[in-house]
Amino acid sequence: MHKLTMAEAIREALREEMRRDPNVILIGEDIGIPGGWGGPFTVTQGLAEEFGNERVIDTPISETGIVGIAIGAAIMGLRPVAEVQYCDFLFCAMDQIANQAAKLRYMSGGQIKIPLVLRAPTGATGRGAQHAQSLEGLFTSIPGLKVVAPSTPYDAKGLLKSSIRDDNPVLFFEHKLLYGSKGARKERGGVELFGEVPEEDYAIPLGVADIKKKGKDITVVAKLLMLHRALEAAEELEKDGISVEVIDPRTLIPLDKETIIKSVKKTNRILIVDECPKTGGWAAEISSTVVEEAMDYLDAPIKRLCTYDVPIPFSPVLENYVIPTKERIIQTIREMLG
Amino acid sequence: MMGLGKEKLLLLYKQMLSIRLFEDRIYQLFLQGMIPSTLHQYQGEEAIAVGVCAVLNEDDFITSTHRPHGHAIAKGIPMEKIAAELFGKVTGCCRAKGGSMHIGDYSVGMLPAIAIVGSGIPIANGVALAFKLRRTKQVVVSFFGDGATNNGSFHEALNMGAIYNLPVVYVCENNFYGASTHISKVMKLENIADRASAYGIPGVVIDGMDVLEVYKVATEAVSRARDGKGPTLIECKTYRYSGHSRSDPANYRSKEELEFWKSRDPIVLFKKRLFELNILDEEADKQIKSEVEREIEKAINFAIESPSPPLEIALEDVYA
Repeated sequence: MHKLTMAEAIREALREEMRRDPNVILIGEDIGIPGGWGGPFTVTQGLAEEFGNERVIDTPISETGIVGIAIGAAIMGLRPVAEVQYCDFLFCAMDQIANQAAKLRYMSGGQIKIPLVLRAPTGATGRGAQHAQSLEGLFTSIPGLKVVAPSTPYDAKGLLKSSIRDDNPVLFFEHKLLYGSKGARKERGGVELFGEVPEEDYAIPLGVADIKKKGKDITVVAKLLMLHRALEAAEELEKDGISVEVIDPRTLIPLDKETIIKSVKKTNRILIVDECPKTGGWAAEISSTVVEEAMDYLDAPIKRLCTYDVPIPFSPVLENYVIPTKERIIQTIREMLG
Repeated sequence: MMGLGKEKLLLLYKQMLSIRLFEDRIYQLFLQGMIPSTLHQYQGEEAIAVGVCAVLNEDDFITSTHRPHGHAIAKGIPMEKIAAELFGKVTGCCRAKGGSMHIGDYSVGMLPAIAIVGSGIPIANGVALAFKLRRTKQVVVSFFGDGATNNGSFHEALNMGAIYNLPVVYVCENNFYGASTHISKVMKLENIADRASAYGIPGVVIDGMDVLEVYKVATEAVSRARDGKGPTLIECKTYRYSGHSRSDPANYRSKEELEFWKSRDPIVLFKKRLFELNILDEEADKQIKSEVEREIEKAINFAIESPSPPLEIALEDVYA
């Protein structure tokens, strides 16, 4: 075990997988430039030095080209880990992601596989509306894609390994405020997050949620940054004798419904906290699932605490207002337990 | 004849004829209501698919478009599997889940055809990248139309193919129309091949109705790619005899224009050449034609007699 930041844990997963399998290559902007950054959040630092620029491939600012070249390489049996600098830029490559990566296997009648990982930094971090969205939920309604969203360094390393070894296109969302990047690339307002991470090889299977805190009065489902806010809220409520169970789904597709339903049947209440917008969002999907499978167990209406349906504003004061805070989580839970 | 023996020349001829007669027959069946959905047909453009694919090895790859039947036949997908796919039968090359616009067969080096205009080009780069990193000496050809070259995918992909020196050949089938829109309305350039210079790669304009010219230029471009010297953009001037798709009467073109191109029909031209070279005569031509017709009927019968897909396969192949 050693203590790593999220950025370090992701880097370690990439390094170990690249050492293990020569088919693993990295493709993205500013990822292997000598004297550069190692990607926008330092994740790929040092990898070009170890693996060379044949396997750490710097690209033009061409998101369509990046995802397309990764798809083609994946079809031929390489295992590309491509990246965009901000998940907002996934929209630039939307055709390649939604029409190509997600569908080529199906359209071919199962002739081909696309073992591709697409890493994408998500979440609002004081940059204004075009570098701030939380898009992981949106990609869950495109069959053919898997969607992963780790919240801790341990999960990030283990889930990235599984994603790289998976034979399908996986969108791997990393929250900017959880990276723990240092120096000039440090994020203001970031969570101080160091986690115990095994030095030996381990992988966390996709589709298995993790109960980050056990509780009995209410279930809270949250991911990425919202998971940490939910945990802080739970800790504070604990002082008043309110026992909150906090579930991190860790992967959105495939989704571990069972863990959520089981928890709801125990606590009889559920709050979903999500940085994605509310309307038509991921929280609604969780909510519907609970209604379908455990409605009779509910003692209170399901609540969704999501980012307001607005583009993310620039001012830190406004940004903080539109995204669920620890205080709002606490208040909502109190109301639900009324 | 460019190092091509009699047998190979006759094979080119037979392949072009196969595509033409297959497309004509499919169209009849479509009008009879036997084929679902729509069709984008390749009549008139046969010299390109055949001339290019004749240069490729079986383990070389191609990417194709919404108009893929010609590429599929030229790259060697058995006609049975193509026909069955068009009929939506489970014996089709994509298990009835691709259809006309997504014909493909990995085993002969054709990815499922990509029906979003321009989107196959970046993917062809990735296939080429894999060949390059593994030093396999394989090559990929990306087919696309004139319309694709106004799409961002084309430009991002040509730039990336150029900077990485990828073993890929970009083959533009310029039939002068993107659906109903004439190229002069959407492009200031006369030659699409000029766009290659923007990316520092060679661009060549050729007569897409002349299979031997296509073969010659494709040979050079494929060798160049195979030798690690990077991509080439080949623009083949051609014409599609049909409308854009089956429901399109093509009222936006003049009869004279169609007649002009038909007077330069790639199959008629090549047949004349073969006659001049004493490689083909009326008797042999008849024989080839009836052989092709037999193969097509066999493929059509196979498709008609094949079972419909079991419903549960609709839920398969989403994930590996």
